[in-house]
Amino acid sequence: MSGTLAQRAARAAGARRRRLVWRGVETALLLATLLIILFPILWMALTAFKRPVDLFDLTVFFTPTLDNFRTIFAHPWNIGATLLNSTIVALTTVVIAIPASTLAAYAFSRFEMRGKGLLFFAILATQFIPAVVVVLPFYLLFRDLGLLDTHVALIIVNLAIVTPFAVWMLKGFLDAVPNESEEAALVDGATRLRVIIDIVVPVIWPGVLVTTVFCFILTWNEFLFALILTRDDAVTLPVGITRFRTERGDLWELIAAAGILISIPMFLLASVIQRHFVGGMTGGAVK
Amino acid sequence: MHDRVLKYVLIIPAALIVVGTTIWPLGVSLITSFRDWRLARSLTPGGFVGAGHYVTAFTDDPDFSNALAVTARVVALDVPLTVLLALGLALLLRRAGVLQSVTRAVLILPFAVSPALVGISFRFMFNAETGVLSWAAGTAIPPLRDVVLLADPVGALVVLVLSDAWRWAPYMTLVILGGLAALPREPEEAARMDGATEFQVLRDVTIPALLPVLAIVAILKTVFALKMFDQVVTLTGGGPGQSTVTLAYLVYSIAFRWYDMGYASAVAWILTAMLVFLAFWYMRLVLRKPGQT
Repeated sequence: MSGTLAQRAARAAGARRRRLVWRGVETALLLATLLIILFPILWMALTAFKRPVDLFDLTVFFTPTLDNFRTIFAHPWNIGATLLNSTIVALTTVVIAIPASTLAAYAFSRFEMRGKGLLFFAILATQFIPAVVVVLPFYLLFRDLGLLDTHVALIIVNLAIVTPFAVWMLKGFLDAVPNESEEAALVDGATRLRVIIDIVVPVIWPGVLVTTVFCFILTWNEFLFALILTRDDAVTLPVGITRFRTERGDLWELIAAAGILISIPMFLLASVIQRHFVGGMTGGAVK
Repeated sequence: MHDRVLKYVLIIPAALIVVGTTIWPLGVSLITSFRDWRLARSLTPGGFVGAGHYVTAFTDDPDFSNALAVTARVVALDVPLTVLLALGLALLLRRAGVLQSVTRAVLILPFAVSPALVGISFRFMFNAETGVLSWAAGTAIPPLRDVVLLADPVGALVVLVLSDAWRWAPYMTLVILGGLAALPREPEEAARMDGATEFQVLRDVTIPALLPVLAIVAILKTVFALKMFDQVVTLTGGGPGQSTVTLAYLVYSIAFRWYDMGYASAVAWILTAMLVFLAFWYMRLVLRKPGQT
Protein backbone atom coordinates (compact mmCIF):
# COMPACT_ATOMS: atom_id res chain seq x y z
CA MET A 1 0.00 0.00 0.00
CA SER A 2 1.43 3.35 -0.98
CA GLY A 3 0.41 6.80 -2.17
CA THR A 4 -0.68 9.98 -0.50
CA LEU A 5 -3.29 10.13 2.19
CA ALA A 6 -5.85 11.50 -0.30
CA GLN A 7 -5.22 8.65 -2.75
CA ARG A 8 -5.65 6.10 0.02
CA ALA A 9 -8.89 7.70 1.15
CA ALA A 10 -10.21 7.66 -2.41
CA ARG A 11 -9.26 4.01 -2.76
CA ALA A 12 -11.02 3.16 0.49
CA ALA A 13 -14.16 5.01 -0.61
CA GLY A 14 -14.08 3.13 -3.92
CA ALA A 15 -13.75 -0.16 -2.14
CA ARG A 16 -16.68 0.73 0.13
CA ARG A 17 -18.85 1.60 -2.84
CA ARG A 18 -17.93 -1.61 -4.63
CA ARG A 19 -18.76 -3.59 -1.51
CA LEU A 20 -22.13 -1.85 -1.24
CA VAL A 21 -22.95 -2.59 -4.90
CA TRP A 22 -21.87 -6.20 -4.42
CA ARG A 23 -24.09 -6.50 -1.33
CA GLY A 24 -27.02 -5.27 -3.45
CA VAL A 25 -26.28 -7.81 -6.19
CA GLU A 26 -25.95 -10.54 -3.57
CA THR A 27 -29.33 -9.72 -2.04
CA ALA A 28 -30.99 -9.66 -5.44
CA LEU A 29 -29.48 -13.04 -6.38
CA LEU A 30 -30.58 -14.60 -3.08
CA LEU A 31 -34.12 -13.28 -3.46
CA ALA A 32 -34.23 -14.66 -7.00
CA THR A 33 -33.01 -18.03 -5.70
CA LEU A 34 -35.70 -18.11 -3.02
CA LEU A 35 -38.34 -17.28 -5.62
CA ILE A 36 -37.15 -19.99 -8.02
CA ILE A 37 -36.99 -22.66 -5.31
CA LEU A 38 -40.30 -21.83 -3.67
CA PHE A 39 -42.41 -20.83 -6.66
CA PRO A 40 -43.25 -24.29 -8.07
CA ILE A 41 -44.17 -25.50 -4.57
CA LEU A 42 -46.30 -22.45 -3.76
CA TRP A 43 -47.98 -22.57 -7.16
CA MET A 44 -48.94 -26.18 -6.57
CA ALA A 45 -50.24 -25.28 -3.10
CA LEU A 46 -52.35 -22.45 -4.55
CA THR A 47 -53.69 -24.65 -7.32
CA ALA A 48 -54.77 -27.25 -4.79
CA PHE A 49 -57.23 -24.75 -3.30
CA LYS A 50 -58.62 -23.47 -6.60
CA ARG A 51 -61.94 -24.31 -8.20
CA PRO A 52 -61.54 -25.66 -11.76
CA VAL A 53 -62.93 -22.36 -13.14
CA ASP A 54 -60.14 -20.40 -11.44
CA LEU A 55 -57.49 -22.85 -12.54
CA PHE A 56 -56.00 -20.92 -15.41
CA ASP A 57 -56.38 -17.49 -13.90
CA LEU A 58 -52.88 -16.40 -13.10
CA THR A 59 -54.13 -14.46 -10.09
CA VAL A 60 -53.43 -15.33 -6.49
CA PHE A 61 -56.77 -13.80 -5.47
CA PHE A 62 -59.50 -16.39 -5.71
CA THR A 63 -62.07 -18.02 -3.47
CA PRO A 64 -60.23 -20.93 -1.85
CA THR A 65 -61.98 -24.27 -1.61
CA LEU A 66 -61.30 -27.61 0.07
CA ASP A 67 -63.36 -29.43 -2.54
CA ASN A 68 -60.30 -30.83 -4.31
CA PHE A 69 -59.14 -32.59 -1.17
CA ARG A 70 -62.65 -33.96 -0.61
CA THR A 71 -62.77 -35.14 -4.22
CA ILE A 72 -59.48 -37.04 -4.17
CA PHE A 73 -60.48 -38.95 -1.04
CA ALA A 74 -63.89 -39.84 -2.47
CA HIS A 75 -64.86 -42.44 -5.05
CA PRO A 76 -63.52 -43.04 -7.71
CA TRP A 77 -60.11 -41.64 -6.76
CA ASN A 78 -59.86 -43.08 -3.22
CA ILE A 79 -56.47 -41.51 -2.61
CA GLY A 80 -56.74 -42.74 0.99
CA ALA A 81 -56.04 -46.28 -0.18
CA THR A 82 -53.04 -45.06 -2.20
CA LEU A 83 -51.76 -43.14 0.80
CA LEU A 84 -52.06 -46.30 2.88
CA ASN A 85 -50.13 -48.29 0.23
CA SER A 86 -47.30 -45.74 0.24
CA THR A 87 -47.15 -45.79 4.03
CA ILE A 88 -47.14 -49.59 4.28
CA VAL A 89 -44.48 -50.01 1.59
CA ALA A 90 -42.16 -47.27 2.88
CA LEU A 91 -42.49 -48.29 6.54
CA THR A 92 -41.97 -52.02 5.94
CA THR A 93 -39.00 -51.34 3.68
CA VAL A 94 -37.15 -49.29 6.30
CA VAL A 95 -38.12 -51.66 9.12
CA ILE A 96 -36.38 -54.49 7.24
CA ALA A 97 -33.51 -52.50 5.76
CA ILE A 98 -32.35 -50.43 8.72
CA PRO A 99 -31.62 -53.20 11.30
CA ALA A 100 -29.91 -55.35 8.66
CA SER A 101 -27.87 -52.39 7.43
CA THR A 102 -26.90 -51.30 10.94
CA LEU A 103 -25.43 -54.73 11.74
CA ALA A 104 -23.54 -54.87 8.45
CA ALA A 105 -22.28 -51.30 8.82
CA TYR A 106 -21.03 -52.15 12.31
CA ALA A 107 -19.11 -55.16 11.00
CA PHE A 108 -17.62 -53.10 8.18
CA SER A 109 -16.66 -50.33 10.55
CA ARG A 110 -15.15 -52.33 13.43
CA PHE A 111 -13.69 -55.54 12.02
CA GLU A 112 -10.99 -56.44 9.56
CA MET A 113 -11.99 -59.25 7.25
CA ARG A 114 -10.82 -60.89 4.10
CA GLY A 115 -12.27 -59.37 0.95
CA LYS A 116 -13.77 -56.48 2.89
CA GLY A 117 -12.65 -53.89 0.35
CA LEU A 118 -14.17 -55.81 -2.53
CA LEU A 119 -17.40 -56.48 -0.63
CA PHE A 120 -17.81 -52.86 0.32
CA PHE A 121 -17.03 -51.77 -3.22
CA ALA A 122 -19.76 -54.11 -4.47
CA ILE A 123 -22.29 -52.69 -2.03
CA LEU A 124 -21.43 -49.17 -3.14
CA ALA A 125 -21.49 -50.01 -6.83
CA THR A 126 -25.05 -51.33 -6.58
CA GLN A 127 -26.18 -47.78 -5.87
CA PHE A 128 -25.18 -46.80 -9.38
CA ILE A 129 -27.14 -49.53 -11.12
CA PRO A 130 -30.22 -48.25 -12.97
CA ALA A 131 -33.51 -49.40 -11.46
CA VAL A 132 -34.77 -50.36 -14.88
CA VAL A 133 -32.24 -53.22 -15.21
CA VAL A 134 -33.24 -54.61 -11.81
CA VAL A 135 -36.97 -54.44 -12.45
CA LEU A 136 -37.02 -56.57 -15.62
CA PRO A 137 -36.24 -59.94 -13.94
CA PHE A 138 -38.41 -59.03 -10.95
CA TYR A 139 -41.36 -58.25 -13.22
CA LEU A 140 -41.06 -61.71 -14.81
CA LEU A 141 -40.55 -63.42 -11.44
CA PHE A 142 -43.49 -61.67 -9.76
CA ARG A 143 -45.70 -62.40 -12.76
CA ASP A 144 -44.92 -66.11 -12.43
CA LEU A 145 -45.48 -66.03 -8.67
CA GLY A 146 -48.69 -63.99 -8.96
CA LEU A 147 -47.11 -61.22 -6.88
CA LEU A 148 -47.63 -58.36 -9.34
CA ASP A 149 -49.61 -55.49 -7.83
CA THR A 150 -48.83 -56.46 -4.21
CA HIS A 151 -47.07 -54.67 -1.38
CA VAL A 152 -44.60 -57.56 -1.05
CA ALA A 153 -43.33 -57.03 -4.59
CA LEU A 154 -42.76 -53.33 -4.05
CA ILE A 155 -41.05 -53.85 -0.70
CA ILE A 156 -38.62 -56.39 -2.17
CA VAL A 157 -37.50 -54.14 -5.03
CA ASN A 158 -37.32 -51.05 -2.83
CA LEU A 159 -34.92 -52.94 -0.56
CA ALA A 160 -32.58 -53.06 -3.55
CA ILE A 161 -32.29 -49.26 -3.53
CA VAL A 162 -32.39 -48.63 0.18
CA THR A 163 -30.15 -51.30 1.73
CA PRO A 164 -26.78 -50.50 0.07
CA PHE A 165 -27.44 -46.85 0.62
CA ALA A 166 -28.18 -47.35 4.32
CA VAL A 167 -25.06 -49.49 4.87
CA TRP A 168 -22.92 -46.77 3.27
CA MET A 169 -24.50 -43.99 5.28
CA LEU A 170 -24.46 -45.82 8.62
CA LYS A 171 -20.84 -46.86 8.22
CA GLY A 172 -20.01 -43.17 7.87
CA PHE A 173 -21.72 -42.43 11.19
CA LEU A 174 -20.10 -45.43 12.92
CA ASP A 175 -16.61 -44.55 11.69
CA ALA A 176 -17.00 -41.17 13.37
CA VAL A 177 -17.68 -42.76 16.79
CA PRO A 178 -14.59 -43.73 18.83
CA ASN A 179 -14.75 -47.29 20.12
CA GLU A 180 -12.87 -47.02 23.46
CA SER A 181 -15.95 -47.55 25.60
CA GLU A 182 -16.83 -50.62 23.53
CA GLU A 183 -13.36 -52.05 24.10
CA ALA A 184 -13.63 -51.33 27.83
CA ALA A 185 -16.99 -53.10 28.09
CA LEU A 186 -15.59 -56.10 26.18
CA VAL A 187 -12.65 -56.30 28.56
CA ASP A 188 -15.14 -56.27 31.45
CA GLY A 189 -16.71 -59.38 29.96
CA ALA A 190 -19.73 -58.02 28.08
CA THR A 191 -20.67 -59.90 24.91
CA ARG A 192 -20.38 -58.22 21.55
CA LEU A 193 -24.15 -58.25 21.04
CA ARG A 194 -24.72 -56.57 24.42
CA VAL A 195 -22.13 -53.97 23.47
CA ILE A 196 -23.92 -53.27 20.18
CA ILE A 197 -27.33 -52.97 21.84
CA ASP A 198 -26.29 -51.10 25.01
CA ILE A 199 -23.40 -48.91 23.85
CA VAL A 200 -23.31 -48.56 20.06
CA VAL A 201 -26.98 -48.11 19.21
CA PRO A 202 -27.59 -45.32 21.77
CA VAL A 203 -24.55 -43.41 20.50
CA ILE A 204 -25.34 -43.64 16.79
CA TRP A 205 -29.08 -43.26 17.30
CA PRO A 206 -29.17 -39.86 15.53
CA GLY A 207 -27.37 -41.40 12.56
CA VAL A 208 -29.82 -44.30 12.48
CA LEU A 209 -32.72 -41.85 12.59
CA VAL A 210 -31.34 -39.74 9.75
CA THR A 211 -30.67 -42.82 7.64
CA THR A 212 -34.17 -44.16 8.32
CA VAL A 213 -35.80 -40.89 7.31
CA PHE A 214 -33.65 -40.64 4.20
CA CYS A 215 -34.57 -44.18 3.13
CA PHE A 216 -38.23 -43.51 3.91
CA ILE A 217 -38.20 -40.48 1.58
CA LEU A 218 -36.49 -42.45 -1.21
CA THR A 219 -39.08 -45.23 -0.97
CA TRP A 220 -42.02 -42.85 -0.62
CA ASN A 221 -41.05 -40.97 -3.80
CA GLU A 222 -40.07 -44.06 -5.81
CA PHE A 223 -41.83 -44.10 -9.18
CA LEU A 224 -40.33 -46.56 -11.67
CA PHE A 225 -40.90 -49.76 -9.66
CA ALA A 226 -44.43 -48.76 -8.72
CA LEU A 227 -45.24 -47.85 -12.33
CA ILE A 228 -44.15 -51.24 -13.62
CA LEU A 229 -45.12 -53.58 -10.78
CA THR A 230 -48.50 -52.20 -9.68
CA ARG A 231 -51.83 -51.75 -11.40
CA ASP A 232 -54.71 -51.19 -8.98
CA ASP A 233 -54.37 -52.63 -5.49
CA ALA A 234 -50.82 -51.65 -4.55
CA VAL A 235 -50.46 -48.33 -6.40
CA THR A 236 -48.41 -45.79 -4.42
CA LEU A 237 -48.78 -41.99 -4.42
CA PRO A 238 -46.27 -40.98 -7.16
CA VAL A 239 -48.04 -43.32 -9.60
CA GLY A 240 -51.42 -42.43 -8.09
CA ILE A 241 -51.08 -38.79 -9.14
CA THR A 242 -50.66 -39.82 -12.78
CA ARG A 243 -54.21 -41.23 -12.57
CA PHE A 244 -55.57 -37.70 -12.63
CA ARG A 245 -54.41 -37.37 -16.21
CA THR A 246 -57.58 -38.72 -17.76
CA GLU A 247 -59.03 -38.97 -21.24
CA ARG A 248 -60.99 -35.82 -20.42
CA GLY A 249 -57.70 -34.01 -19.89
CA ASP A 250 -55.42 -33.36 -16.96
CA LEU A 251 -57.32 -32.61 -13.75
CA TRP A 252 -54.71 -30.17 -12.50
CA GLU A 253 -56.54 -29.09 -9.34
CA LEU A 254 -56.73 -32.72 -8.19
CA ILE A 255 -53.11 -33.39 -9.17
CA ALA A 256 -52.09 -30.38 -7.08
CA ALA A 257 -54.15 -31.49 -4.08
CA ALA A 258 -52.64 -34.98 -4.25
CA GLY A 259 -49.20 -33.42 -4.79
CA ILE A 260 -49.54 -31.45 -1.57
CA LEU A 261 -50.61 -34.63 0.19
CA ILE A 262 -47.45 -36.44 -1.00
CA SER A 263 -45.06 -33.59 -0.33
CA ILE A 264 -46.01 -32.14 3.07
CA PRO A 265 -44.89 -35.18 5.13
CA MET A 266 -41.61 -35.31 3.17
CA PHE A 267 -40.99 -31.59 3.73
CA LEU A 268 -41.40 -32.09 7.46
CA LEU A 269 -39.09 -35.11 7.52
CA ALA A 270 -36.49 -33.45 5.32
CA SER A 271 -36.37 -30.26 7.35
CA VAL A 272 -35.87 -32.14 10.59
CA ILE A 273 -32.78 -33.92 9.30
CA GLN A 274 -31.41 -31.32 6.91
CA ARG A 275 -28.20 -30.78 8.83
CA HIS A 276 -27.14 -34.42 8.56
CA PHE A 277 -28.72 -35.09 5.19
CA VAL A 278 -25.76 -34.22 3.05
CA GLY A 279 -22.86 -35.90 4.79
CA GLY A 280 -24.56 -39.25 4.30
CA MET A 281 -25.24 -38.78 0.63
CA THR A 282 -21.57 -38.52 -0.21
CA GLY A 283 -20.50 -40.96 2.46
CA GLY A 284 -18.83 -38.42 4.68
CA ALA A 285 -16.38 -37.51 1.95
CA VAL A 286 -17.19 -33.85 2.16
CA LYS A 287 -18.11 -33.46 5.80
CA MET B 1 -20.14 -65.93 19.88
CA HIS B 2 -16.55 -65.22 18.93
CA ASP B 3 -15.86 -62.04 16.96
CA ARG B 4 -14.23 -64.05 14.19
CA VAL B 5 -17.56 -65.70 13.42
CA LEU B 6 -19.77 -62.87 14.53
CA LYS B 7 -18.44 -60.34 12.06
CA TYR B 8 -19.62 -62.48 9.17
CA VAL B 9 -22.94 -63.25 10.85
CA LEU B 10 -23.59 -59.53 11.19
CA ILE B 11 -23.19 -59.06 7.45
CA ILE B 12 -25.43 -61.96 6.43
CA PRO B 13 -28.85 -60.20 6.52
CA ALA B 14 -27.70 -57.20 4.48
CA ALA B 15 -25.67 -59.39 2.14
CA LEU B 16 -28.70 -61.62 1.50
CA ILE B 17 -30.81 -58.58 0.69
CA VAL B 18 -28.20 -57.14 -1.69
CA VAL B 19 -27.59 -60.48 -3.42
CA GLY B 20 -31.32 -61.21 -3.71
CA THR B 21 -32.48 -57.80 -4.83
CA THR B 22 -29.55 -56.61 -6.94
CA ILE B 23 -26.95 -59.23 -7.84
CA TRP B 24 -29.55 -61.86 -8.80
CA PRO B 25 -31.59 -59.58 -11.11
CA LEU B 26 -28.39 -58.21 -12.65
CA GLY B 27 -27.25 -61.74 -13.47
CA VAL B 28 -30.65 -62.76 -14.86
CA SER B 29 -30.93 -59.69 -17.07
CA LEU B 30 -27.37 -60.16 -18.32
CA ILE B 31 -28.23 -63.72 -19.39
CA THR B 32 -31.56 -62.57 -20.85
CA SER B 33 -29.71 -59.94 -22.88
CA PHE B 34 -28.10 -62.76 -24.89
CA ARG B 35 -31.41 -64.52 -25.58
CA ASP B 36 -34.39 -64.05 -27.82
CA TRP B 37 -37.46 -63.44 -25.67
CA ARG B 38 -40.60 -61.78 -26.97
CA LEU B 39 -43.06 -61.98 -24.14
CA ALA B 40 -46.00 -61.61 -26.50
CA ARG B 41 -45.04 -64.87 -28.25
CA SER B 42 -43.66 -66.97 -25.45
CA LEU B 43 -43.81 -67.04 -21.67
CA THR B 44 -40.40 -68.71 -21.46
CA PRO B 45 -37.09 -67.42 -22.79
CA GLY B 46 -36.06 -68.55 -26.26
CA GLY B 47 -32.69 -69.50 -27.70
CA PHE B 48 -29.40 -67.71 -27.28
CA VAL B 49 -28.55 -65.13 -29.92
CA GLY B 50 -25.05 -64.34 -28.73
CA ALA B 51 -24.22 -60.67 -28.81
CA GLY B 52 -26.96 -60.16 -31.41
CA HIS B 53 -28.97 -57.63 -29.41
CA TYR B 54 -25.89 -55.56 -28.67
CA VAL B 55 -24.89 -55.57 -32.33
CA THR B 56 -28.42 -54.53 -33.32
CA ALA B 57 -28.41 -51.68 -30.81
CA PHE B 58 -25.20 -50.16 -32.07
CA THR B 59 -25.58 -50.82 -35.80
CA ASP B 60 -29.22 -51.14 -36.72
CA ASP B 61 -31.57 -49.35 -34.34
CA PRO B 62 -32.44 -45.70 -34.90
CA ASP B 63 -34.43 -45.69 -31.63
CA PHE B 64 -31.32 -46.65 -29.69
CA SER B 65 -29.06 -44.10 -31.39
CA ASN B 66 -31.75 -41.49 -30.77
CA ALA B 67 -32.02 -42.36 -27.06
CA LEU B 68 -28.24 -42.35 -26.76
CA ALA B 69 -28.10 -38.87 -28.33
CA VAL B 70 -30.97 -37.58 -26.15
CA THR B 71 -29.32 -38.93 -23.00
CA ALA B 72 -26.00 -37.36 -24.04
CA ARG B 73 -27.76 -34.02 -24.56
CA VAL B 74 -29.47 -34.27 -21.17
CA VAL B 75 -26.13 -34.97 -19.47
CA ALA B 76 -24.33 -32.24 -21.42
CA LEU B 77 -26.90 -29.61 -20.41
CA ASP B 78 -27.91 -30.84 -16.98
CA VAL B 79 -24.53 -31.50 -15.37
CA PRO B 80 -22.79 -28.16 -16.08
CA LEU B 81 -25.99 -26.24 -15.32
CA THR B 82 -26.52 -27.97 -11.97
CA VAL B 83 -22.88 -27.85 -10.90
CA LEU B 84 -22.42 -24.17 -11.81
CA LEU B 85 -25.69 -23.12 -10.18
CA ALA B 86 -24.84 -25.10 -7.05
CA LEU B 87 -21.30 -23.69 -6.88
CA GLY B 88 -22.47 -20.11 -7.36
CA LEU B 89 -25.21 -20.48 -4.80
CA ALA B 90 -22.92 -22.15 -2.27
CA LEU B 91 -20.43 -19.27 -2.56
CA LEU B 92 -23.29 -16.78 -2.08
CA LEU B 93 -24.49 -18.64 1.00
CA ARG B 94 -21.12 -18.84 2.68
CA ARG B 95 -21.53 -15.60 4.55
CA ALA B 96 -23.77 -15.42 7.62
CA GLY B 97 -26.95 -13.40 7.27
CA VAL B 98 -30.72 -13.58 7.59
CA LEU B 99 -31.40 -14.02 3.88
CA GLN B 100 -28.62 -16.61 3.72
CA SER B 101 -30.11 -18.65 6.59
CA VAL B 102 -33.59 -18.52 5.07
CA THR B 103 -32.26 -19.69 1.72
CA ARG B 104 -30.20 -22.45 3.33
CA ALA B 105 -33.32 -23.66 5.14
CA VAL B 106 -35.33 -24.13 1.93
CA LEU B 107 -32.53 -25.79 -0.07
CA ILE B 108 -33.68 -29.25 0.93
CA LEU B 109 -37.31 -28.80 -0.15
CA PRO B 110 -37.03 -29.53 -3.91
CA PHE B 111 -35.18 -32.76 -3.16
CA ALA B 112 -38.07 -33.94 -0.98
CA VAL B 113 -40.53 -33.58 -3.87
CA SER B 114 -41.10 -36.79 -5.80
CA PRO B 115 -39.44 -36.50 -9.25
CA ALA B 116 -42.67 -37.75 -10.81
CA LEU B 117 -44.50 -34.86 -9.19
CA VAL B 118 -41.79 -32.40 -10.27
CA GLY B 119 -42.43 -33.53 -13.84
CA ILE B 120 -46.19 -33.11 -13.55
CA SER B 121 -46.01 -29.67 -11.96
CA PHE B 122 -43.55 -28.42 -14.60
CA ARG B 123 -45.94 -29.75 -17.23
CA PHE B 124 -48.68 -27.71 -15.60
CA MET B 125 -46.59 -24.55 -15.35
CA PHE B 126 -45.40 -24.86 -18.96
CA ASN B 127 -48.88 -25.71 -20.24
CA ALA B 128 -49.15 -24.10 -23.68
CA GLU B 129 -51.98 -21.61 -23.30
CA THR B 130 -52.47 -21.26 -19.61
CA GLY B 131 -49.28 -22.27 -17.82
CA VAL B 132 -47.86 -19.63 -15.54
CA LEU B 133 -44.26 -20.15 -16.69
CA SER B 134 -45.18 -20.23 -20.40
CA TRP B 135 -46.81 -16.88 -19.78
CA ALA B 136 -43.76 -15.60 -17.86
CA ALA B 137 -41.36 -16.84 -20.55
CA GLY B 138 -43.47 -15.22 -23.29
CA THR B 139 -43.63 -11.94 -21.41
CA ALA B 140 -39.92 -11.82 -20.56
CA ILE B 141 -38.74 -13.01 -23.99
CA PRO B 142 -41.33 -11.91 -26.59
CA PRO B 143 -40.07 -14.24 -29.38
CA LEU B 144 -41.06 -17.14 -27.11
CA ARG B 145 -44.67 -15.95 -26.90
CA ASP B 146 -45.91 -18.06 -29.79
CA VAL B 147 -43.66 -21.05 -29.11
CA VAL B 148 -45.28 -24.01 -27.39
CA LEU B 149 -42.19 -25.12 -25.47
CA LEU B 150 -43.37 -28.65 -24.70
CA ALA B 151 -44.36 -29.22 -28.33
CA ASP B 152 -40.94 -28.17 -29.55
CA PRO B 153 -38.14 -30.80 -29.58
CA VAL B 154 -35.53 -28.40 -28.19
CA GLY B 155 -37.97 -26.65 -25.85
CA ALA B 156 -39.19 -29.91 -24.32
CA LEU B 157 -35.62 -31.04 -23.65
CA VAL B 158 -34.77 -27.70 -22.08
CA VAL B 159 -37.84 -27.81 -19.80
CA LEU B 160 -36.95 -31.40 -18.85
CA VAL B 161 -33.43 -30.30 -17.89
CA LEU B 162 -34.73 -27.24 -16.03
CA SER B 163 -37.08 -29.40 -13.97
CA ASP B 164 -34.18 -31.67 -13.04
CA ALA B 165 -31.87 -28.76 -12.22
CA TRP B 166 -34.60 -27.29 -10.01
CA ARG B 167 -34.71 -30.50 -8.01
CA TRP B 168 -30.95 -31.14 -7.82
CA ALA B 169 -29.10 -27.80 -7.79
CA PRO B 170 -30.27 -26.83 -4.28
CA TYR B 171 -29.33 -30.26 -2.95
CA MET B 172 -25.89 -30.10 -4.55
CA THR B 173 -25.50 -26.63 -3.05
CA LEU B 174 -25.78 -28.27 0.38
CA VAL B 175 -23.08 -30.77 -0.60
CA ILE B 176 -20.74 -28.00 -1.78
CA LEU B 177 -21.47 -25.95 1.36
CA GLY B 178 -20.34 -29.00 3.34
CA GLY B 179 -17.13 -29.01 1.31
CA LEU B 180 -16.61 -25.29 1.82
CA ALA B 181 -17.07 -25.60 5.57
CA ALA B 182 -14.32 -28.22 5.68
CA LEU B 183 -11.76 -26.02 3.90
CA PRO B 184 -9.10 -24.46 6.11
CA ARG B 185 -9.40 -20.67 6.22
CA GLU B 186 -5.66 -19.90 6.36
CA PRO B 187 -4.77 -20.12 2.62
CA GLU B 188 -7.56 -17.67 1.74
CA GLU B 189 -6.51 -15.27 4.50
CA ALA B 190 -2.90 -15.48 3.40
CA ALA B 191 -3.81 -14.70 -0.23
CA ARG B 192 -5.83 -11.68 0.94
CA MET B 193 -2.91 -10.47 3.04
CA ASP B 194 -0.76 -10.68 -0.07
CA GLY B 195 -3.15 -8.26 -1.76
CA ALA B 196 -5.16 -10.69 -3.92
CA THR B 197 -8.63 -9.48 -4.93
CA GLU B 198 -11.68 -11.50 -3.88
CA PHE B 199 -11.98 -12.80 -7.42
CA GLN B 200 -8.35 -13.96 -7.44
CA VAL B 201 -8.81 -15.67 -4.07
CA LEU B 202 -11.82 -17.49 -5.46
CA ARG B 203 -10.13 -18.51 -8.71
CA ASP B 204 -6.69 -19.41 -7.37
CA VAL B 205 -7.37 -20.67 -3.85
CA THR B 206 -10.99 -21.59 -3.07
CA ILE B 207 -12.08 -23.30 -6.28
CA PRO B 208 -8.92 -25.41 -6.69
CA ALA B 209 -9.34 -26.60 -3.09
CA LEU B 210 -12.97 -27.46 -3.83
CA LEU B 211 -12.20 -29.48 -6.96
CA PRO B 212 -12.53 -32.93 -5.30
CA VAL B 213 -16.00 -32.01 -4.00
CA LEU B 214 -17.00 -30.53 -7.36
CA ALA B 215 -15.85 -33.72 -9.07
CA ILE B 216 -18.01 -35.81 -6.74
CA VAL B 217 -21.01 -33.57 -7.37
CA ALA B 218 -20.45 -33.70 -11.14
CA ILE B 219 -20.18 -37.50 -11.18
CA LEU B 220 -23.25 -37.97 -8.98
CA LYS B 221 -25.23 -35.60 -11.18
CA THR B 222 -24.06 -37.42 -14.30
CA VAL B 223 -25.29 -40.68 -12.78
CA PHE B 224 -28.72 -39.25 -12.01
CA ALA B 225 -28.95 -37.58 -15.43
CA LEU B 226 -28.06 -40.87 -17.17
CA LYS B 227 -30.81 -42.66 -15.26
CA MET B 228 -33.42 -39.97 -15.91
CA PHE B 229 -36.81 -41.61 -16.16
CA ASP B 230 -39.56 -40.32 -13.84
CA GLN B 231 -39.80 -36.81 -15.28
CA VAL B 232 -39.67 -38.15 -18.83
CA VAL B 233 -42.84 -40.14 -18.11
CA THR B 234 -44.73 -37.37 -16.34
CA LEU B 235 -43.42 -34.25 -18.12
CA THR B 236 -42.89 -35.07 -21.79
CA GLY B 237 -43.83 -38.72 -22.29
CA GLY B 238 -40.70 -38.93 -24.42
CA GLY B 239 -42.10 -36.44 -26.92
CA PRO B 240 -42.64 -34.50 -29.00
CA GLY B 241 -41.83 -37.33 -31.39
CA GLN B 242 -38.92 -39.10 -29.73
CA SER B 243 -37.04 -35.96 -28.81
CA THR B 244 -36.91 -36.67 -25.07
CA VAL B 245 -36.72 -40.48 -25.03
CA THR B 246 -33.81 -41.23 -22.67
CA LEU B 247 -32.11 -44.62 -22.46
CA ALA B 248 -34.00 -45.60 -19.30
CA TYR B 249 -37.29 -44.62 -20.95
CA LEU B 250 -36.35 -46.60 -24.07
CA VAL B 251 -35.72 -49.72 -21.98
CA TYR B 252 -39.14 -49.25 -20.39
CA SER B 253 -40.79 -48.89 -23.81
CA ILE B 254 -39.05 -51.93 -25.28
CA ALA B 255 -39.90 -54.10 -22.29
CA PHE B 256 -43.40 -53.01 -21.37
CA ARG B 257 -44.88 -51.75 -24.64
CA TRP B 258 -43.22 -54.04 -27.15
CA TYR B 259 -42.57 -56.87 -24.65
CA ASP B 260 -39.13 -57.66 -26.09
CA MET B 261 -37.38 -58.75 -22.89
CA GLY B 262 -34.15 -59.87 -24.57
CA TYR B 263 -33.50 -56.62 -26.36
CA ALA B 264 -34.66 -54.52 -23.40
CA SER B 265 -32.16 -56.35 -21.16
CA ALA B 266 -29.35 -55.64 -23.61
CA VAL B 267 -30.10 -51.91 -23.75
CA ALA B 268 -30.46 -51.86 -19.96
CA TRP B 269 -27.03 -53.46 -19.66
CA ILE B 270 -25.45 -50.91 -21.99
CA LEU B 271 -26.77 -48.23 -19.63
CA THR B 272 -25.55 -50.22 -16.62
CA ALA B 273 -22.06 -50.52 -18.09
CA MET B 274 -21.82 -46.74 -18.44
CA LEU B 275 -22.94 -46.26 -14.85
CA VAL B 276 -20.57 -48.86 -13.43
CA PHE B 277 -17.75 -47.10 -15.25
CA LEU B 278 -18.75 -43.86 -13.52
CA ALA B 279 -19.14 -45.69 -10.21
CA PHE B 280 -15.53 -46.75 -10.46
CA TRP B 281 -14.32 -43.14 -10.83
CA TYR B 282 -16.66 -41.94 -8.11
CA MET B 283 -15.34 -44.47 -5.64
CA ARG B 284 -11.74 -43.68 -6.43
CA LEU B 285 -12.52 -40.12 -5.39
CA VAL B 286 -14.63 -40.92 -2.34
CA LEU B 287 -12.65 -43.80 -0.90
CA ARG B 288 -9.30 -42.07 -1.32
CA LYS B 289 -7.65 -41.67 2.06
CA PRO B 290 -6.97 -38.08 3.08
CA GLY B 291 -3.46 -37.04 2.08
CA GLN B 292 -3.22 -39.54 -0.76
CA THR B 293 -3.47 -38.25 -4.30
